[in-house]
Amino acid sequence: MSRPNLQTPLKQVRGLGSARGGTHHFIVQRITAIALVPLSLWLVWLLLSLVHLDYAGARALLATPCHAVLMAAFVLAAFWHAQLGLQVVIEDYVHTPGLEIALQIAVKFLCVLGALACTLAIVRIALGS
Amino acid sequence: MPQVARPRSPHLDIYRWQIQMVSSILHRAAGVALAAGSVLLVCLLTSLASGPAAYAKVQGFAGSIVGMIVLLGFTWSLAYHLLNGLRHLLEDTGRGFAIKTFVMTGWVAVIGSFVLTALVWACVLLQRGGA
Repeated sequence: MSRPNLQTPLKQVRGLGSARGGTHHFIVQRITAIALVPLSLWLVWLLLSLVHLDYAGARALLATPCHAVLMAAFVLAAFWHAQLGLQVVIEDYVHTPGLEIALQIAVKFLCVLGALACTLAIVRIALGS
Repeated sequence: MPQVARPRSPHLDIYRWQIQMVSSILHRAAGVALAAGSVLLVCLLTSLASGPAAYAKVQGFAGSIVGMIVLLGFTWSLAYHLLNGLRHLLEDTGRGFAIKTFVMTGWVAVIGSFVLTALVWACVLLQRGGA
């Protein structure tokens, strides 16, 4: 098999292959950003509503299906967007090989854990359990 | 190879601060701050799901001086990242790159973020009876 290798010599030496996936990162970052524009405005309104509510009132407000769904949407979009952004920040500023990989994995794990913890809390609040 | 040591590419400390670079740096900084601040949202939601005692702790922190300063920072980060993010989305369509426009929208994002933060906190303080 002698397919022509179109990679630059530098890429072959580094053994990383071509980037290719960059466009997907760019597009998902924009889509989550667009989703977060109305969702974060709603979140600010909700948090302002919580200021004068006690525990029962706050829980009842968030338990309404509309707010529970919007909160879940915000949480998923926000953690996804945060992961994409932090990934680029680490790529740009952390160049120690082992540390960079460790941070990239840690950020992904933490974002997933945060999203799951919030989602479970929202479900518990919405279902009154 | 040149015989004379040539100047290397200038770095951040060489440049005069200008809105083009400030708006870009702040966007990242605010984004990282918001990611860190997402811990607050996790605490709020999990405490609300857990019960009144846990929620009272979160409320206590939010009402403390340290908590208010953190929340103020969170509010500004959200306001700035939102406004400058809209600016980025506008630029994704190919608009807003003329120097005059770019500088103007940069100032709109920076000044607007403070205006939005002030509006939100005016609402908070009014609800708390001016406390």
